[in-house]
Amino acid sequence: MNTPPLAYADLFVSALIVLGAGFALVGSWGLVRLPSLMERLHGPTKASTLGLGAMLVASVVWFQLGKGVWTTHELLIPMFLFITAPISANMIAKVHLHRLRTGEASEPAGPAGPPPPPPGSADWATHEVPHEGTPGDFAGD
Amino acid sequence: MTTGVLEGALAFGFAALGVALALNLWRLVRGPGVADRILALDTMVINVIGLIVLAGIEGGSGTSFEAALLLAMVGFVGTVSYCKFLLRGDIIE
Repeated sequence: MNTPPLAYADLFVSALIVLGAGFALVGSWGLVRLPSLMERLHGPTKASTLGLGAMLVASVVWFQLGKGVWTTHELLIPMFLFITAPISANMIAKVHLHRLRTGEASEPAGPAGPPPPPPGSADWATHEVPHEGTPGDFAGD
Repeated sequence: MTTGVLEGALAFGFAALGVALALNLWRLVRGPGVADRILALDTMVINVIGLIVLAGIEGGSGTSFEAALLLAMVGFVGTVSYCKFLLRGDIIE
């Protein structure tokens, strides 16, 4: 039985799938095309938030309207990704800055240019010396 | 129940995610830095999660959700531990 509401649901789910897969493709295309790492970090964020978000909403709508069961636990995945994506992006940027400082990586000139230096005589905290008394303090070993 | 529109959209989604994975693999092989390779691996995990979600819609089974959530967690832990190792020379201090 293909009732009109179900047909609309099909169209809606299809549009969300096309949107999400398109965003994932554009994000990976940006990962290949952009010139420097700091710019490349921008591309996959669109894939992880908008792309996967749209696909998972499509999944929720599909299981609700096609089978009559609510499967909201799928929303856990975008929630988890929204929390973890900034952390992994920050870690990757720190690795990049650290290797720039130690001279193991080079920064190709892109349209955005190199990232601005930190203010004053400070430096980005990529390899901080462990504080005294913390488990990472091996100074006395 | 599945109409032609949804089948076409799923085919487009599988194709787009496959091309995206190929692009990520190119960046993973090409580099040029270690950070680029970590970013490429992280993006591959995201795209594979998308593939699993689309396969779940196509197959009509609700069990693919666990695989997708596990992959999201393992991918995040892998990225962070690799970055920590490069930054500190150790993973758990």
